[in-house]
Amino acid sequence: MAKYLLLKHYRGAPAPANDVPMDQWTPDEISAHMQYMRDWSAKLEKTGEYVDGQALAPQGTWVRYDGEGRPPVTDGPFAETKDLIAGWMIIDVDSYERAVELAGDLSAAPGKDGKPIHEWLELRPFLELPPTVTE
Amino acid sequence: MNAPLLRALLPGVLAILVRRGADFVAAEDAVQDALIEALRVWPAGAPQDPKGWLVTVAWRRFLDATRADAARRRREDLAEEEPAPGPASAMDDTLQLYFLCAHPSLTPSSAVALTLRAVGGLTTRQIAEAYLVPETTMAQRISRAKRTVSGVRFDQPGDVTTVLRVLYLVFNEGYSGDVDLAAEALRLTRQLATAIDHPEVAGLLALMLLHHSRRGTRMAPDGSLIPLAAQDRKQWDTALIAEGVAILQAALARDKLGEFQAQAAIAALHADATTAEETDWVQIVEWYDELLAITNSPVVRLNRAVAVGEADGARAGLAALTEVDASLPRHTAVAAYLYERDGDLVTAARLYATAAGQATNLAERDHLMKQAARLNALR
Repeated sequence: MAKYLLLKHYRGAPAPANDVPMDQWTPDEISAHMQYMRDWSAKLEKTGEYVDGQALAPQGTWVRYDGEGRPPVTDGPFAETKDLIAGWMIIDVDSYERAVELAGDLSAAPGKDGKPIHEWLELRPFLELPPTVTE
Repeated sequence: MNAPLLRALLPGVLAILVRRGADFVAAEDAVQDALIEALRVWPAGAPQDPKGWLVTVAWRRFLDATRADAARRRREDLAEEEPAPGPASAMDDTLQLYFLCAHPSLTPSSAVALTLRAVGGLTTRQIAEAYLVPETTMAQRISRAKRTVSGVRFDQPGDVTTVLRVLYLVFNEGYSGDVDLAAEALRLTRQLATAIDHPEVAGLLALMLLHHSRRGTRMAPDGSLIPLAAQDRKQWDTALIAEGVAILQAALARDKLGEFQAQAAIAALHADATTAEETDWVQIVEWYDELLAITNSPVVRLNRAVAVGEADGARAGLAALTEVDASLPRHTAVAAYLYERDGDLVTAARLYATAAGQATNLAERDHLMKQAARLNALR
């Protein structure tokens, strides 16, 4: 049993095969894409492998500590950030192979002309709890 | 009657419902309902016959739940018959339930979840919290698992090694939430050992007892790892150690060695040493050789290299390490340790830092990073 994070990128991932920006799809194609992702989540809820899924707005702000008694410094939002996370899915599966299989399914979401985007998703394992038996 | 004692009755109650003709899926739900009811009303006065009470309430719940079904007629016939529990003993029933919940048609995570609920009597919420997934996800996982095994005949003999693997997984998976999974695995293995006489069941029980004896010393209050050599051995639970060693010795005397007995033997040798320096590493290496002959596991080969390093010196350990698959998660960490023992602190520091980046859990990552920092500070 292992948890994995599936990261969808607005920017920063390698270019997908069906690389047409969403604003040039038809409204129905956008609906079909969203429905595909909802169906993917629903399927995982049924198999007992779903943990979480969230979408992020593209606007992000950098924040840092600026010393005792001062308010934090903010910078941004930056329009030109190289790597921009669009959202994530968290899954709890029996193996790495299963995680890859599910990521592959999600990447087949339809885009322009109803064809799979072949979008690159970033698959990251969670750090686990230490095992009881180590020797 | 406390909750663990109450939960120990559940496998027998569930088995009786199934023998009366309830299907496994509905019977398991009914038993959970009865458990929740018992936890609610028993504090005001426990019944004379707790198990009989649970059977009655669970059977009534089962009938209530199924009465509205299309199959109403058939089940009411069942209700009128109210057959007595079958001739099989309660021990056999419990064992059958273990086999069913660890059935080979289930994935490991499903078998774990079903075992904890149907045999362990934990609620879906408790299991979900322990494994850090939403309750709805765990509910789906359990109901799928129940459907998967619902066609399996209840009196079909099972393979006890599949059960042991599931219990070991529960024990080894760490701990979170308000349920102590290691303690629960230990309880279920103890219960299994009373239901079946098998040297590997005894071996796993001994292994769990010996590791559980160190439970309070494995982590500092801040959650950081304390390696075996640095643990406060005075805090080890000597009662658990004595019990584990006695069970292991009885199992080994039967001369049917298996991987859990061999692992327990290694744990027993550690338990036997009052200081880390007194550890009998030569014997530990011999047990790793036995374990390797049984499992041929790369992880065992890796742990054996550590033991060789202690028994015959760091160079010998590094030589043993060359025979181990370098892609194993803890390979670099072991190499770092052996290089440090060999006096090559620069290489060791570099490898510790690399190993930290490869660690699969947070506590180990932090521990390895501190080792790198400790060596770098010496320069």
